[in-house]
Amino acid sequence: MSLLTIDNLSIALPKGADRDLAVKDVSFTLDRGEILCIVGESGSGKSMSANALMGLLPEGVTPSAGHIQFEGRDLLTLSDDEMMALRGKDISMIFQEPLSALNPLMRIGDQIAEVYEAHNLLTPSERRKRALELLHEVGLPDPETTIRAYPFQLSGGQRQRVVIAMALALEPKILIADEPTTALDVTTQAQILDLIEDLRRNHGMAVLFITHDFGVVADIADRVIVMQHGEVVETGDADTVLLNPTHPYTRALLDAIPRLTFRDSAEQAAQPILSVRDLNMTFTSRTGGFFKKQRVVKAVQNATFDLYQGETIGIVGESGSGKSTLGRCIVRLLNPQSGVVEINGQDISKIRGQELRHHRRRIQMIFQDPYSSLNPRSRIGTILTEGLIAYGTDKATARAKAAELLTLVGLDPSAMSRFPHEFSGGQRQRVGIARALALDPEVIIADEAVSALDVSIQAQVLDLLADLKTRLNLSMIFITHDLRVAAQVCDRIIVMQRGEMVEFGPSAQVLGKPQTAYTQSLLDAIPGKDHEAALAAQGAPA
Amino acid sequence: MSAFWSRFCQNRGAVIGLIILTIVIICAVAAPFLFPRSPWSMVQRPFLPPFEMDGLPLGTDALGRDVLSGLFHGARVSLLVGLVSTVVALAIGIPIGALAGYYGGMVDDALMRFTEFFQTIPSFALAIVLLAIFQPTLSYVILAIAIVSWPPVARLVRGEVLSLRNREFVEAATLSGQSNLRIILQQVLPNALPPIIVLASLMVATAILLESSLSFLGLGDPNVMSWGYMIGAARTVLRTAWWLSFIPGLAILLTVLSLNLIGEGLNDALNPRLRKRTS
Repeated sequence: MSLLTIDNLSIALPKGADRDLAVKDVSFTLDRGEILCIVGESGSGKSMSANALMGLLPEGVTPSAGHIQFEGRDLLTLSDDEMMALRGKDISMIFQEPLSALNPLMRIGDQIAEVYEAHNLLTPSERRKRALELLHEVGLPDPETTIRAYPFQLSGGQRQRVVIAMALALEPKILIADEPTTALDVTTQAQILDLIEDLRRNHGMAVLFITHDFGVVADIADRVIVMQHGEVVETGDADTVLLNPTHPYTRALLDAIPRLTFRDSAEQAAQPILSVRDLNMTFTSRTGGFFKKQRVVKAVQNATFDLYQGETIGIVGESGSGKSTLGRCIVRLLNPQSGVVEINGQDISKIRGQELRHHRRRIQMIFQDPYSSLNPRSRIGTILTEGLIAYGTDKATARAKAAELLTLVGLDPSAMSRFPHEFSGGQRQRVGIARALALDPEVIIADEAVSALDVSIQAQVLDLLADLKTRLNLSMIFITHDLRVAAQVCDRIIVMQRGEMVEFGPSAQVLGKPQTAYTQSLLDAIPGKDHEAALAAQGAPA
Repeated sequence: MSAFWSRFCQNRGAVIGLIILTIVIICAVAAPFLFPRSPWSMVQRPFLPPFEMDGLPLGTDALGRDVLSGLFHGARVSLLVGLVSTVVALAIGIPIGALAGYYGGMVDDALMRFTEFFQTIPSFALAIVLLAIFQPTLSYVILAIAIVSWPPVARLVRGEVLSLRNREFVEAATLSGQSNLRIILQQVLPNALPPIIVLASLMVATAILLESSLSFLGLGDPNVMSWGYMIGAARTVLRTAWWLSFIPGLAILLTVLSLNLIGEGLNDALNPRLRKRTS
């Protein structure tokens, strides 16, 4: 008898949604002490299934068929009160964004104690004692201090540990983890995954782990369910699914994962197209006040490198390492304190006003978020032409060029008359790329350009960028936190830590024989390395 | 557009508001045709109660003027004052708010202190002072109302612009060499429009109330018939002829109520995500 059995669960979406059922005929079981991963791309219904389990479906979305059997009861038939008693005690959940899962105005200790309070358990002093034990168990340093801290005083990884501590407070039988590591750095992600493994082993908990990342699946899962468009397309042991996928969709997803492979460096031209010398950027908080010291963050320190025609340089590092700040200083969205940024021998780091506007077209940027990088109230045609028009191109020529660009990035020119919201994330990112190309820039900076995309879309966009690069001989700076993506597209790689360039060299050298412990730790933290080794041992996939 | 319309119509109050406002607008437009005589001219004996004489369904006031005619002509004034003063207030508030939010720093500080200067003075008192200085003509009444009602617009626009100016599409526009003015007009303001529209619909209502209050105090234009003037003129006979204050008061109430209902409906229709739980 399994701990949890889901039978033919279907969840109906409100009328007017893009499909009738968010989840269709999903059945699976979860056993004690097992980690079951549900994998799928966005919109596959993986989170909906978990929310149905917790009775947390959004308004208008209702289960339309099926049963969820847990300890002899059907969770779908329970009343709100019965469900409330169950939540936290028998089934608890951790979320993607730990900052929004915690109350910003409550101390950590009180938030954990509140879990007991909600279920009327223990006395206040016992609650406090348990909170300390839990913080200790989830590996937070110095629990006595942490218990009095507010969420904003902790790092992302520490917050996620607190959320896990809260989920564990009542020793639940099932832990649902909805993309718990997606918002975290790779190194932190690896630690949290280890923690979840340990807890599973020590408490015999069953874990339902929802993720889009097959690397994570390979590291943690016992069994895997692959979902597509609300339906389960494949289930099985982790090893079987990952190494011998039977469904074409699973295979496509697995093939889309970038591998840590190195490419040969492009030949270097004699003259660098972009050269950055001793670039410094420091952020100072606006006011210091009498009792508080002014906060000074050295975001970029003495960055120095050359970019040659047709070359791609990757900038990698954890969040807060200054990689985005460096990119923004180069395009002059930020004004660097000191240093030189030369394009073809001309320094653009100090020019201002009109002169700066004239040079803007020489460096363009591709942004991370395909949703916020296009003006929701402008048509695609306007978005692509307004830059050209600002530089004095007449409207007809600009529109012809925009149509050409859309074809180049694999979209139909008819897209010109449509609005951004009519396109998917991947298509929007293509529009973003077309916009960056519109002004014939000498250098393109891609700031986490594929991080917000599903893995199969990510692969398509990376292919597009590689194709454009060879066709147009683009020079690119590629900012990313994903070393595998960097390995795939970059000729040379800069590794940044706390604003400093700790390593710089050809990709094969930096990622193959890292010189610093920091780079090594980033490499070690990449999820799914064992899987890759297994794949290699298995030989080239058929 | 049709999606906007259907969301608007889901709010029953908003539809009722729209119907009332349409009736008021029709009255205002039809006034010179239905009542070609000046609303100031005496037509019958004073204090004729409503429903007593054919042709004068709402009776006459203290000087024998037709109340219904005054009501129709008053609708013209009220709507005119409400709309024009709102437009003028938007014309002052939007640029100030947009510049403050977009440029930040010193510009923001200077413009916001200037705005606070107006906000710290009670708006009705300021309007009275302004009208005491100016001539009490309709255009000055409108100007005075606009001057006291733009600060909330500036604050709202500033807040919206602050949150929009760091969006990636604004940065992309900067990088594509567009001028700051173009970015503000093309990228930022269109996205700040929904809350401004909602605020504007409520400002029309407030402006109508302000005009009525000013006329009640005798600070309005003495040459135009307005609802506020009618109430003001009738207040001395409140006990003997209460309907003379009640009828124009009801007109103000309905018009302001309809504008508020419409504002709420617009809010629902323009920010569908904020609504969800109210139904």
